[in-house]
Amino acid sequence: MNKSELIEELSMRMALHPKKAESMVNTILNSMITAMKDSRRVEIRGFGSFVMRDYRPYVGRNPKSGEKIKVDSKTLPFFKSGKDMRDRVNNES
Amino acid sequence: MGTLTKSGIIDEIVLNTGLSRKEASDGIETFIEIVKQTLEKKEPVSISGFGKWKVREKSARRGRNPKTAEEIVISPRKVVTFSLSNVLRSKLTGKN
Repeated sequence: MNKSELIEELSMRMALHPKKAESMVNTILNSMITAMKDSRRVEIRGFGSFVMRDYRPYVGRNPKSGEKIKVDSKTLPFFKSGKDMRDRVNNES
Repeated sequence: MGTLTKSGIIDEIVLNTGLSRKEASDGIETFIEIVKQTLEKKEPVSISGFGKWKVREKSARRGRNPKTAEEIVISPRKVVTFSLSNVLRSKLTGKN
């Protein structure tokens, strides 16, 4: 499923104008992105959470040229599925 | 500023769409439900500019109960993984 299919499905299930459904999906995603930019945790009950993880800098290699490259430290979101999500994909509820 | 939760997202939806709190709340719950139902069918959910959730099958493996040191077999299971889109990764690392 991609974003436009998700918007379409949301619009249908909620009997909401597609434009409103699109705006809703964008708002949900953008609010999560803004939080991630501020290194804030995102926690959505029944779904999962995004925890910001710090990655240390390291010297890597370009696999094609073999050239050494410095990879800077970074903070990226790591997704951890929530209990209901885990149970559902394992068909336990 | 602490953790972003559903209620924070609902506030943003109300602000941006002019929908009521009730509608915004139903909206996020429906969003979550659609994603879960799709993953339940083992179908990935791919959101451009954000990332992709997919279900991975993990085979059975030997483990140990950390408390009792007893050896146990961890049953095969399915796990949901998320991979970050390159666009969002660049936004978060401040590179283009």
